[in-house]
Amino acid sequence: MERNSHRQLANMKKSLFDQGYLDQEQFTQLEELQDEANPNFVEEVVTLYYRDSARLIQNIEQALAEKNPLDFTKLDNYMHQFKGSSCSIGAKKLKNECTQFREYCRTGNGEG
Amino acid sequence: MAMGRVSLEKKFHVLAIDDSTIDRKLIERLLKISSYQVTIMDSGVKALEFLGLLDDDNGSIESTFTSTTQNHQEKVDLIITDYSMPGITGFDLLKKIKESESLKNIPVVIMSSENVQSRINSCLESGAEEFLLKPVQQSDVNKLRPHLLRGMPESNSFGY
Repeated sequence: MERNSHRQLANMKKSLFDQGYLDQEQFTQLEELQDEANPNFVEEVVTLYYRDSARLIQNIEQALAEKNPLDFTKLDNYMHQFKGSSCSIGAKKLKNECTQFREYCRTGNGEG
Repeated sequence: MAMGRVSLEKKFHVLAIDDSTIDRKLIERLLKISSYQVTIMDSGVKALEFLGLLDDDNGSIESTFTSTTQNHQEKVDLIITDYSMPGITGFDLLKKIKESESLKNIPVVIMSSENVQSRINSCLESGAEEFLLKPVQQSDVNKLRPHLLRGMPESNSFGY
């Protein structure tokens, strides 16, 4: 039973790595920080990340709603934070999306 | 012999500052794995307060209270801070520490997610020992040890 869930987990991770959602190297680093004394480290970090991201996304949505004019500086700031935490956790695809978003901010591209 | 035993028991005290919840958790874990005693702050202002630097810029006030604040607060052996923070940036923090008579010998390390050469240069020129690119890894934290060892009583004839 346990072997099955371990294999499921391994498969899930592999597909996330393969699809470029998760950065294998960074995520592995996180896993290495977990040990018997701190068995829930990865879970704790990921939970924090979700909570943090939810808050940031809410802020970003709000900022996007204030349409005229779009506050690119504020958006860029939020993106910087989002990018930073995504990077630390190995959320590769998200990090790349953030970079793209910031490019739009920099060029004042509201449509993007 | 006795001195050797004392330094083995003593843990280096690292003060870490970062406004990101995730990065705080990461750096705390990394530092604890290296067996350092860790104090974490989420802002430069709180760090300055902790270090006893939040008094007025009046240098005399600071030096009068130096011995009391040092006794009141624990001694810090290394400060590691994020560069981009709202309010007081890591760079501002670095400069304030280096301008302080009582704290300027504490090694300061800057972390940043952005690899900007001019930023790296200005931090190093202002006295930072290292500039670490985020996400910070175990190998980066290992670079802190020589700076901590340099400050030990045996190597420093009069301490500070």
